[in-house]
Amino acid sequence: MISLEKIATLIDGWLHQHFNDVITLLIECVLVGVGAIALFALLGLGLVWMERKVAALMQIRMGPNRVGPKGIFQTSADTLKLIMKEGLTPDGADKLLFNLAPVLVIIVAMLILAPIAFAKNFQIWDINIGVLYVSAVSSMSVIGILMAGWSSGNKYALLGAMRSGAQIVSYELSAGISVLTIVVLTGSLQISEIVQSQQTGWWIFKGHIPAIIAFVIFIIAATAETNRAPFDLAEAESELTAGFHTEYSGMKFALFFLAEYINIFIVCAIGATLFLGGWMPLHIGNVQAFNHAMDYIPSSIWFLGKTLFLIFVIMWFRWTFPRLRVDQLLNLEWKYLLPISLVNLLVMTVIAILGWHL
Amino acid sequence: MSASVIIFYIIAAFILVTAILSVTTVKIFRSAIWLLFSLIGVAALYFWMNVPFIASVQIIVYVGGIVVLIIFSIFLTQKAGDAMPKPVRSRAIWSALAVIFGIAFTCNIIKQYKFIEPGNKNFDVHINDIGIQMLSTTDYGFVLPFEVVSILLLAAMVGCIVIAMKNKTEQK
Repeated sequence: MISLEKIATLIDGWLHQHFNDVITLLIECVLVGVGAIALFALLGLGLVWMERKVAALMQIRMGPNRVGPKGIFQTSADTLKLIMKEGLTPDGADKLLFNLAPVLVIIVAMLILAPIAFAKNFQIWDINIGVLYVSAVSSMSVIGILMAGWSSGNKYALLGAMRSGAQIVSYELSAGISVLTIVVLTGSLQISEIVQSQQTGWWIFKGHIPAIIAFVIFIIAATAETNRAPFDLAEAESELTAGFHTEYSGMKFALFFLAEYINIFIVCAIGATLFLGGWMPLHIGNVQAFNHAMDYIPSSIWFLGKTLFLIFVIMWFRWTFPRLRVDQLLNLEWKYLLPISLVNLLVMTVIAILGWHL
Repeated sequence: MSASVIIFYIIAAFILVTAILSVTTVKIFRSAIWLLFSLIGVAALYFWMNVPFIASVQIIVYVGGIVVLIIFSIFLTQKAGDAMPKPVRSRAIWSALAVIFGIAFTCNIIKQYKFIEPGNKNFDVHINDIGIQMLSTTDYGFVLPFEVVSILLLAAMVGCIVIAMKNKTEQK
């Protein structure tokens, strides 16, 4: 059976036969970079199309249906339009930072891709602090938004950036603590070990009620961290026109738009890895027959399926809930989510010490 | 020169250039952004040294915490977008002298220090070891400083809340 792992080892072996170690490493770096960019482009096109279809489903409409079968090329046409447009830089803007901000946001999104396990033994960098690395690097993405808001020289943009900053900084806490709840169970920060520890069952099933609470909090915090409705105060069309990217046009706007969808994919991938077993097929304890049947589905399909399911849930939120006010948003985090997740972490620690999770 | 050394010099040059830019630029917000890049460069240096845990902590604390705080205070300052006035010449001369003296002093100390080759020891620190060492009560355990620092942080947090708290009875 063809798997991503086999393709990777095949390419690696072929390169080692024909070149020396240094050149092989360089070529592999380039290949990984090209692969990441290709994945970004595909995700951007696919997820935007999916969002519009999900929106249509929620509102009993058709959605895009003219360009290609089921409107599947609609987003490609949109991208083409954005490429043709002029990338304006306003006179009052800080030119350097204005042009740097979208690039920074994309680079941060690309860096987080490194430790994610896409399939069995298929990972760019299996760093031993995987989860910590993700939360560290994702804390940089707020700077790109603050930079965009400030350098636009526009009051709406500045307000949007400030809201976004306050929101991301506060929701990072409960996202981090709900990630820690699972780290307590696995005793490791390495993504591959976290996935491996779910061989006899995913943590959301094995971790009892605290794992489910942590999962719900993680999804709420992830929605807030990616600035999506009902937490899209940073953009809030009805109040701030478009928030921090009001002044952006053409490809620079497209980069922000792309980064938003990449970030959704990444947080959903992390959620799927921590709570739903990543690429690990659905296993029930030691029921061998059932486990073997499930193993026939390739690991990449499992990973992609779980991630897409979580993305669907987040899109579902967007078209179901009305937007929160700023004070409601901060109250929700500081008065409800943070205390709940702290207590939840304590309960989970007790469970892990007593060994009830096995 | 091996690739590793070349990468080291690139990172070092990046840190130095952005650090110099952060003190010479006339716009306060740009200064904060250059400082951010300088701190990211330091994190990159930690990654280069193969201590990813320290690198991540560097990014979380300095980039995600302190620089965001600095940027927020810039946002809340009036006229933060204007270019700052040129420094007075006499002050500039004295500060330049102070910098030169500082560099000479540091160079002198570094010259006298005898560096030891680290050898090819595999430097692989497991995160579990760091955690156990942090809370161990045996020799060379760090439980006392750990707890003292956490009490200090708790006191700082309580202090912040007291300062930020509005007295509701006065408003009525």
